[in-house]
Amino acid sequence: MFLSHIWLIPLLPALGATLMFFFGRRLQKSSVSAVCVGVVVLAFLMACGAVWQYTAWSSTAEHLHQPYQTILYTWLGTDTGHLTYATHDGTPASLQADAGFLLDPLSSIWLLFVTGVGMLIHVYSIGYMGHEGGYYRFFGYLNLFMFSMLTLVLANNYALMFVGWEGVGLCSYLLIGFYFHRKSASDAANKAFIVNRIGDAGFLLGMFFIAWYFGSLRFVDVTAAARSGHFAIGDPIITAATLLLFVGACGKSAQLPLYVWLPDAMEGPTPVSALIHAATMVTAGVYMVARSNALFVLAPKSMMVVAVVGALTAIFAASIGLVQNDIKRVLAYSTVSQLGYMFLALGVGAFAAGVFHVFTHAFFKALLFLGAGSVIHAMSGEQDIRNMGDLAGKIPTTFRTMFVATLAIAGIPGLAGFFSKDEILWQAWKYNHYLWAIGFVTALMTAFYMFRLVYLTFYSKPRMSHEVEHHVHESPKSMTWPLVVLAFFSVTAGYLGVSPSLGGSNHFEKFLEPVFANGAETVEAPPAGEEGNRGIEYLLMVLSVAAAGAGWFMASRAYGNADKGFTEPIAAAAPPVYNTLLNKYYVDEGYDYVFTGRRKLGDVRLGTMGLGEASSWFDANIVDGAVNGAGWITRLTATLSSWWDKWIIDGIGVNGPAILARMLSYPARLFEWGLVQWYALVMTAGLVGFVFYYVYH
Amino acid sequence: MDAMLHISTLHYLVLGAALFLLGVIGVLTRRNVVIVLMSIELILNAVNLNLVALSRYWQGVYGPNALHGQVFAIFVITDAAAEAAVGLGILIAFFRNKETINVDEVNLLKW
Repeated sequence: MFLSHIWLIPLLPALGATLMFFFGRRLQKSSVSAVCVGVVVLAFLMACGAVWQYTAWSSTAEHLHQPYQTILYTWLGTDTGHLTYATHDGTPASLQADAGFLLDPLSSIWLLFVTGVGMLIHVYSIGYMGHEGGYYRFFGYLNLFMFSMLTLVLANNYALMFVGWEGVGLCSYLLIGFYFHRKSASDAANKAFIVNRIGDAGFLLGMFFIAWYFGSLRFVDVTAAARSGHFAIGDPIITAATLLLFVGACGKSAQLPLYVWLPDAMEGPTPVSALIHAATMVTAGVYMVARSNALFVLAPKSMMVVAVVGALTAIFAASIGLVQNDIKRVLAYSTVSQLGYMFLALGVGAFAAGVFHVFTHAFFKALLFLGAGSVIHAMSGEQDIRNMGDLAGKIPTTFRTMFVATLAIAGIPGLAGFFSKDEILWQAWKYNHYLWAIGFVTALMTAFYMFRLVYLTFYSKPRMSHEVEHHVHESPKSMTWPLVVLAFFSVTAGYLGVSPSLGGSNHFEKFLEPVFANGAETVEAPPAGEEGNRGIEYLLMVLSVAAAGAGWFMASRAYGNADKGFTEPIAAAAPPVYNTLLNKYYVDEGYDYVFTGRRKLGDVRLGTMGLGEASSWFDANIVDGAVNGAGWITRLTATLSSWWDKWIIDGIGVNGPAILARMLSYPARLFEWGLVQWYALVMTAGLVGFVFYYVYH
Repeated sequence: MDAMLHISTLHYLVLGAALFLLGVIGVLTRRNVVIVLMSIELILNAVNLNLVALSRYWQGVYGPNALHGQVFAIFVITDAAAEAAVGLGILIAFFRNKETINVDEVNLLKW
């Protein structure tokens, strides 16, 4: 029942969004919360029911490990074969995209944590946004986001996935710019939208390649074709298609070089940062690559690109995160860095490990962001961790839950992050030792910047103003209990995927096996070396735990007693390095010079605006010059023609005879002068003349 | 003296000719249409004088019933009245269009 009505899951939040769109303005805040949170809770319950039914369905003998697909109708193209095109080998295929839903282990995982974490964040938002204007608008957008994300996750073909993909991009834009009266927020929203557009172009092209090469957009068809053995490993078309898909993933999941929008996206309200820019939307790229795993396996070069980009993004973002002072920006760079880990895992062929990290990361990163929101709430809107300190005792629930999340992300054994991160590092080691080294250093940095955040916020000396200090208070229940729930999962989610080397059986990977069941030769290490590798695996595990401990230790040494005007150790040791990191490697400035052209390089403007200026110059001088030249020539010929007409044609040809006639006719005019008295005189003269003639004749 | 006092037909004819000449000069020289019309009246009256004088002369020859000239003079007077009415009507229409009654300013009838 749940399974066959799986299409209801995305439609429920769509209903909420529609109600908010039409009636939200007139509703009370309480009814807004009831509707919007209610539909997401319902969606979550339906998602649980659907996954539960699916596991039962897929373990029956006839459907063993099959994905469940339900097609409502043909959404794009026709099923009558009218819209056909030729695929690469000339066989006709019909252009067809279903409004269809696909549930398999991979989408099950996303379905569960998207609705689950989404539900918790909806509840949290009741408290967090309670005093803000545009309450219904916020919840309407959140529900619209849930609809788009669920469409993305449940789609059974690339085209419908792209609909969800664009939908989440739109919601991301709307929510980053939620405080639209603030210029920085609207700029950040534009930036996110435009940078994502670059990625989306890649996704579209990749999709077209797939349609052309495989003759279908359905995941099951494409996967089946890719695994059929028709296509050689390293097929250039598949390599191109996967690389283009990865460009799309880079945009959505904030990988180098398209990561720049995500830190700025922190302009949105904190629940948005937690839901969209940490837990769910930014993992869409990972989902898409994991969904296309059958293609990526056929393109080792693309896999290598994915792994290298992921590793570089991980260390790059982590190093920036070391010195950022805005609590949400630290977390944003942390998110970019963790997404890099996920792509590293995908790139080295450990799809299950990457997905596992997405899963655990969703909990602890959402928790970190919600905790940060709670801190900001307590600090009366202050976001700079340099002005915080010693909050541990004042907001205990927030502190405890955030501390758990920090332990989890740092990779302290026993918590969720440890299991998933170690799995990734181990798989990276098997693929390439350098990638492992990058991941290892990143793990050290992660521990350092996360504990730096914790020490500066919750320990050390209070550095805020007295007024702010006076107002510090724990957040309301609706905000704290989602934190507690997420903290619970940040601890326990990892136990779903304990690797065999730690005595577990990795249920998570087993669950995902049907999705990633590729040719064993590309992913699995030969079983013979299993025992010898085990020793190395333990060694790596110990090393990464040591790195986490070292990061913690260094952060506590550096920031444990930070008072007002404390010095950053990196700034003290190497100011240029510190400045470079603080300014994010000047990447935004570089992009301004090279791509947008907002800044001039000397006198030359490059980038889009440079292109615009060049086009404008070309238009004003060359195109308009040609137009004006044509106009000038026309005017000249018209002047000549007019002169010819006026003086030669009219003058000689027309007026000439007229003037001649007038001159010749002048004597005749004397008789018809027009004056009455002249006529009378002539008449009299004639009469007198006649009289004289007859008298004297 | 007797010859001096006797007013013959010739005298009338001379007076008529003088009046006629005055009328012609007036028609030809005056710009004002009203005076032109008045000059035309002079011409007509000169004619009337001639008609009446000659009718009187012919009564002396054919007897008192030779009244044709005098009857004709009555016709001319009637005709002059009609002519004056039409002429003044034209004059008013003319003034409405041109805001003048000077005859030399109406010279459209030409080519």
